[in-house]
Amino acid sequence: MRKSSLGAVAGVKNLFIVIAISFAFTVSAQEADPIAGKKLFNANCAACHKLNKKAVGPALKGVSAKYDKEWLYSWIKNSAAMIKEGDAQAVAIWEEYNKTAMNAFPQLSNADIDNIIAYTDYTPPAPAVPAVAAATSTPAGDSFSNDIILGALALVFGILVVMLILVNKTLQKIAAAQGVELAPVVEKPARRPLWQAFAQNQFLVLLSVVFLLLSSAYFAYGYLMQVGVDQGYMPVQPIHYSHKIHAGANQIECKYCHSSARVSKHSGIPSLNVCMNCHKNIAEYNGEEDLENGYTKEFYTKEIKKLYAAVGWDEENQQYTGETEPVKWVRIHNLPDFVYFNHAQHVQVGQIECQTCHGPVEEMEIMYQYSPLTMGWCINCHRETNVKVKDNEYYTKIHEALSKKYGVEKLTAAQMGGLECGKCHY
Amino acid sequence: MAANKTYWKNAEQLKENSPMVDQLEQKEFAEYIPVNEFLEDKEALEESSTSRRDFLKYVGFSTAAASLAACEGPVIKSVPYVVQPEQIRPGVANYYATAIADGFDFGSILIKTREGRPIKVENNPDAPVLGGANARVNASVLSMYDTQRLQGPKGNGTDISWEDLHLQVGAKLNALAATNKEVVLLTQTFASPTTEKLIADFTAKYPNVKHVSFDTVAYADAVDAFQEAYGVRALADYDFSKAEAIVSVGADFLGDWQGGGFDSGYSKTRVPSKDHGKAKMSKHFQFEANMTLSGAAADHRVPVTPSAQKNILAHLYGAITGTTVSGSLSQAHQAKVDAAVAALKAAGDKAVVVSGIQDNGAQAIVLAINNALGSVVMDANSPRLIRQENGGEVKPVIDAVIAGTLGGLITVGINPVYSLPEGEAFAEGMKKLDLSVAFSMKEDETAVAAQYIAATPHYLESWGDYEFKAGHYALAQPTIRPLFDTVQFQDSLLKWTGSEASYYDSIKSNWAETILGDSSWNTVLHDGYLSAANASQNDYNATDLSAAVASLASAQTEGLELVLYTKTGMGDGQQANNPWLQEFPDPITRITWDNYLTVAAADAAALGLKNVNVANGALNGSYAKVTVGDKTLTLPVVIQPGQAKGSVGLALGYGERKGLQDEMNVGVNAFAFYNNAKNVQSASVSLADGFHEFACTQLHNTLMGRGDIVKETTLEVFNTKDKSYWNAIPVVSKNHMEQEVTSPGVDMWQAFDRSIGHHFNLSIDLNACTGCGACVIACHAENNVPVVGKEEVRKSRDMHWLRIDRYYSSDVTFEGDNETKENISGLGDSLTTFGRMEQASENPQVTFQPVMCQHCNHAPCETVCPVAASSHGRQGQNHMAYNRCVGTRYCANNCPYKVRRFNWFLYNKNDEFDYHMNNDLGRMVLNPDVVVRSRGVMEKCSMCIQKTQKTILDAKLDGREIKDGEFQTACSAACSNGAMTFGDINDKESKISELKENERMYHLLEHVGTKPNVMYQTKVRNV
Repeated sequence: MRKSSLGAVAGVKNLFIVIAISFAFTVSAQEADPIAGKKLFNANCAACHKLNKKAVGPALKGVSAKYDKEWLYSWIKNSAAMIKEGDAQAVAIWEEYNKTAMNAFPQLSNADIDNIIAYTDYTPPAPAVPAVAAATSTPAGDSFSNDIILGALALVFGILVVMLILVNKTLQKIAAAQGVELAPVVEKPARRPLWQAFAQNQFLVLLSVVFLLLSSAYFAYGYLMQVGVDQGYMPVQPIHYSHKIHAGANQIECKYCHSSARVSKHSGIPSLNVCMNCHKNIAEYNGEEDLENGYTKEFYTKEIKKLYAAVGWDEENQQYTGETEPVKWVRIHNLPDFVYFNHAQHVQVGQIECQTCHGPVEEMEIMYQYSPLTMGWCINCHRETNVKVKDNEYYTKIHEALSKKYGVEKLTAAQMGGLECGKCHY
Repeated sequence: MAANKTYWKNAEQLKENSPMVDQLEQKEFAEYIPVNEFLEDKEALEESSTSRRDFLKYVGFSTAAASLAACEGPVIKSVPYVVQPEQIRPGVANYYATAIADGFDFGSILIKTREGRPIKVENNPDAPVLGGANARVNASVLSMYDTQRLQGPKGNGTDISWEDLHLQVGAKLNALAATNKEVVLLTQTFASPTTEKLIADFTAKYPNVKHVSFDTVAYADAVDAFQEAYGVRALADYDFSKAEAIVSVGADFLGDWQGGGFDSGYSKTRVPSKDHGKAKMSKHFQFEANMTLSGAAADHRVPVTPSAQKNILAHLYGAITGTTVSGSLSQAHQAKVDAAVAALKAAGDKAVVVSGIQDNGAQAIVLAINNALGSVVMDANSPRLIRQENGGEVKPVIDAVIAGTLGGLITVGINPVYSLPEGEAFAEGMKKLDLSVAFSMKEDETAVAAQYIAATPHYLESWGDYEFKAGHYALAQPTIRPLFDTVQFQDSLLKWTGSEASYYDSIKSNWAETILGDSSWNTVLHDGYLSAANASQNDYNATDLSAAVASLASAQTEGLELVLYTKTGMGDGQQANNPWLQEFPDPITRITWDNYLTVAAADAAALGLKNVNVANGALNGSYAKVTVGDKTLTLPVVIQPGQAKGSVGLALGYGERKGLQDEMNVGVNAFAFYNNAKNVQSASVSLADGFHEFACTQLHNTLMGRGDIVKETTLEVFNTKDKSYWNAIPVVSKNHMEQEVTSPGVDMWQAFDRSIGHHFNLSIDLNACTGCGACVIACHAENNVPVVGKEEVRKSRDMHWLRIDRYYSSDVTFEGDNETKENISGLGDSLTTFGRMEQASENPQVTFQPVMCQHCNHAPCETVCPVAASSHGRQGQNHMAYNRCVGTRYCANNCPYKVRRFNWFLYNKNDEFDYHMNNDLGRMVLNPDVVVRSRGVMEKCSMCIQKTQKTILDAKLDGREIKDGEFQTACSAACSNGAMTFGDINDKESKISELKENERMYHLLEHVGTKPNVMYQTKVRNV
């Protein structure tokens, strides 16, 4: 419910921006189109430039105020030539940014560049913010009214109970006053208490002892069997890394970061340089928020700063300081030493989805152990899963022979020998 | 009749009225347990601070703590790289080609690294020269993770920085150069072109510096003789794969003789195959004093003292060149010499004579004989450069150091204070010098005596280039960053020469200028070797040898002759702190953790020296006092079958010394007797008090005619008789019909269909196996096999997954044993004859038999396990699930091959077993793909299932079939002799399928019907 309402809010926000922008255009110059400019900016410039912040190149907000338009045309189309010619402004920028020349964009027309400049000059009008705030405040109101209704209901029931007691008392009083004999209290013959009868019936005692023993054994067994099984283990990590944002919202392929899962027994925890492939440019979080749990934009941005501290990235100067502090993640999936598990075998050869064992990772705000990782769980899967033999020459001969032997079309991992002790324990 | 047999476990039991036997039979606890004494001792009881209540408290607390701890899993941290190196993928091994050159062992090798840690040494099978790693080279990876290594440079006993060391030593060098006082650079043999160049630059800058090569175990006479004959300071190389007749006079060429590494060529000529009608193999005569690997492999072994070897060599020379030689040999020796000469002559230019006699004349005669034979086996054009010591140069240096007349001494990679007989005086002399610097990995005796200790890196952390053999180069590259603050000797040299370049830069530029030619640096670095076509031709200069021959012919024995040798495990002793090597059983004596005096049975009887087995079977030996010159050592004695009467043997490389952990301080330093760097010394031996406790892994020495364990035949029988004669399949009686045990009818088990998928088999060729033990150490490294220490080995609790059994014949030959056994009649005869057969003969035949888990298809161990921890895989491997094992040890009791090993203790992270698994550094060598076993579980050879699974996975990832030769176990990969072949018998084209059909193939204890997946190839002797 909340999710869709938030989506609606975002939609409204976009619509508002579009209206605001188009309104702004009708007022200002007709020739430049900031919407087209935004597209061009994202396609060509965003890799190195941000609007409000220094990245590989300078922040571009209000760049038209700093430089002449003609100068910008020639700079964008071929900056290296300008530096070579010794243009003072060009050389100054080149010097400032570690003598890294900007890529040349000869494919951009002057009109394109105008559009981009229009986008960089555009300031969204202020009222957008209160609208969002108002929209997000509604769910809180809902829960407030729920409390009131519940409280009122409890009060009503309470009054009803008191009233019933009062009515009962009044009726008794009336009855006593009118001399009506209430149900006579009959003196029953002394019966043995139930517990005595039970204690004297040896068969029942035996039966219940057996029952008690069996059920306690059942529960004890259940308890003991979960010792060392850490299903649901969800430790607090040094950096709040959200798989939901990375694998879910941004649809990053699992094996982009966990690349060694393709070739190695370990899936590998990505090294920080892999994070920096993207986070060099993504310094702050601008996606959806989860205010209920405190996952605000500021919260996520703070976590990105933790990454920068660990990898030694100086955001101001856009360079590495060399002072690193490796992140000590808490390992979630712990197999005992005597178990050999190979990711490459399952992910690459078996073509099993990561989610089969790790669960809906793309929905996990905090990563947890989804599967029990017990031997029974492994074995069940080996019994049920067919081996992917197609297009793998290794299996051609062995598959043919085995499917004839077992009289089946498809072979399970178990039929291939996947239940043998020594395949996983050595 | 069977009921009348006396079964006995120990020779002691055969003695009538032996009090020990009686005692052991009557009492379970032979020794009295002092319960009463303890309880009656009121004082001790009252003084004890632990009351009964306290005891109960501790029990309660520890039970509660243990159960609480068991419920809560530990929090495990994972720390990824900040910037992951491109070539490292966690969980995937990288291999690097490099080279070892520690002054004793030289060779091209591959190093397996995991996550940047070198964990295993492998052969470099493509390298044309010295590409096989022996046991010591295999173990050298552990020597890098040695806690006793120097962690930084030292000056006058305190830690200093490298800058200070370079400055201070540089200043002293300048001062010595100014006064022109001589400084000697005493180094190991480098065989390194760039190092030679750097030393030349250094001596050019400091003309007062003289470079002298010093080999801990020297072959100076052979080098001198070669120089005289060919004008090059080197050792002749031998390619035994071309040999048809080999005569060795005192040269253990399958061991460490002249740098070793000859065994792979030798083994090629020792495998008879009937591809072209009659099978051929080389014929090998060995005249030697100590029992060596070469003697064990020889077709004819003649035990002779070193002085008699000289006579024999003179007569060999006479017979081949047709010159008359004075004196005469004993009749037996003459007969053998005649046979050897006949074989040499029959082989034409494919004959070779080698000798280990350390005498200039003898070595010159060997070169002359090989030239007279026109031997193609000997390679004088491309000789070996790996031993450079010049006796004439070293002796004055030693004298000058002792006298204190030298200005300065810089030692590199050697430990002369330990390895010189005059070591103590040498150390005293070093203290008088103006400058003494020791480049060393350890704080050893020489380092302690020196003013400055320059800590050097291990070879796996170093750059290097080598020319092992003229025209054959190798490159060494670091496989890990230096663990400690160390600097290579060559880098220091560059500093003092005033160069800014690093050693790496120097190698690269030197190679670009002189060696590389058209080859690329990166290709050579990747391959690890470069063999340039060597056009040089070394011509033989014949000299007059008559004086040398006369001197050899007249050599005579004076008293007992002591022959100093190097053990397969310990070598020159520089890796003495390596627990793998200490626990490595010597191939011949099977004794671990010791050196000892080997004595012939006849001499031992005359001197009153004894070997006895105590109640639990362990071996004890008398002590003997050995005197050479004015030095006397007390040594334990091993009575060695095959030791030449009149000679005794003693291994170098042991003894108490500095830079070793206490546990490794075993044996006696035999370098005390190594006078003038000669391996033969005249000695006198007498009985000393007491017995020494040995840790011996094989207590039964002889085969006693049990031909179903080691099958042996002769080349003649092999060529002429049917297989059923010399390799018969045993038969059993069923329904009064004799049937072969391999036929399905006599099997009590149902066989499974194993024709689908892989079915692994391992073949061991007893003809090609020289007993070198590389496989034993490779198995240790691959499978995280623990080291248990001397005391535990003595209790037969050694953990080796792979052992190499050594058997002596009790008759002159094994054939004779079989006959003797067949001819036994009656009980009385059997008792006496079997008793006699326990004794190895004076000059026995020897066989080596590597035994590991046989991976029986019908495994007796699997059926008796109450928890099904041992089970069988479809691929032929017998699986052992350690986590399932509860330690009943039924499986070990039911195993006919005795290959299962029980973890009596926790061998890792346990101070009681303070070896490499007890420190963080040593544990870096562990293979992460194999679990480290815990206390109370059974373990055994897995047929390297982690390696077969890896090969299968690689093929699956590539989507291809597996080629023959891809499947390897650690032992088969380590065997450079081709004795071990591993593969898939369901691949009908594979080599292993061919070997399974070979006539020589048999299974160990076939009559038991276990259907093993390990097979042996019958040994054939060319007698």
